[in-house]
Amino acid sequence: MDSGQTLPLPAEWRDFFALTKPRVMTLVIFTGLCGLLAAPGSIHPVIAFTAILCIAVGAGGAAALNQWWEADIDAGMKRTAARPLPAGRMERTSARDFGIALSAGSVMVMGLGVGVLAAAILAFSIFYYAWIYTVWLKPRTPQNIVIGGGAGAFPPMIGWIAVTGDITLMPVLLFAIIFMWTPPHFWALALFVQTDYAKVGIPMMPVVAGETSTRRQILAYAIALLPLTLVPWWIGGTGAIYGWSALLLGLVFVALSAKVGLRKSVPGDGMVPEKRLFGYSILYLFVLFGMLVIDRLATVQGWQ
Amino acid sequence: MNEPLTPEQTELYRARQRGRNRVLGAILCALAVLFFAITIVKIAGQSAGTH
Repeated sequence: MDSGQTLPLPAEWRDFFALTKPRVMTLVIFTGLCGLLAAPGSIHPVIAFTAILCIAVGAGGAAALNQWWEADIDAGMKRTAARPLPAGRMERTSARDFGIALSAGSVMVMGLGVGVLAAAILAFSIFYYAWIYTVWLKPRTPQNIVIGGGAGAFPPMIGWIAVTGDITLMPVLLFAIIFMWTPPHFWALALFVQTDYAKVGIPMMPVVAGETSTRRQILAYAIALLPLTLVPWWIGGTGAIYGWSALLLGLVFVALSAKVGLRKSVPGDGMVPEKRLFGYSILYLFVLFGMLVIDRLATVQGWQ
Repeated sequence: MNEPLTPEQTELYRARQRGRNRVLGAILCALAVLFFAITIVKIAGQSAGTH
């Protein structure tokens, strides 16, 4: 386009779709669906679909707002420089308006179609990610990921509450599990992309506290996560299928974290244990929540 | 400033608009179906006295 061009080319719909971070959304949809399926009680399939849709669209809206706010930061990092805003394929106000529309729309539909409590928690989770995490914490404290992990922890809780209509210990535990899972998951990533975060001035743990401290904390969170994932089993919220799976998955998580936590990287070692831990952490969450649903199905069928 | 668009630029502009309109149209239709379905489920639930 010429620089003298006054009529900007409308952004492609694909770029709007990219603003919603579709890959993150798959994890959000999955954990939300697991919370919904694992909850005791019944929900009409249409209402269940609406709840999951609203959780996904709300997460997409929050992601768009996040990218609207962070366009300058994203431009400075290799991983994010090709996103629609830093690459100049879209106007900033379009991203902002798109994010607000998705967020408001999803909360409204959730409130009218599913329930007021689920809608209120969805609204809070969007606010939590777009404001508390993106605007407030991320540029200020190396604990950003710890507290920001809360944003990703809401979907299974909302899914559960869409069915039951009230907050009990189980949805809070699901929230706590993702909350504790996020730091080792994200810091493993931050260890092998730390130069990028340092360049744009985001206080990621490896940049601020150093690599050794980050590695210790990854291990500490992984160890704390293991008993936490077993609590649903101990309190009788789930059966043995979930319990033994959580134990096995957690032990592997601790083992991989120990490898990362107790070593020191040398230049040119390729950061293999960190990449392996990051990859496993994603698989871990998928399988753990999948087992939660299988466990519930087995209980309903009377197999355990 | 307001230089006229070349035919190629006009075509690209229109193509983008068409693409966006189609997607928006599909989303609006899907929402209409969804709202209809939610309404039916709510009415059915209420008349059955369950909700």
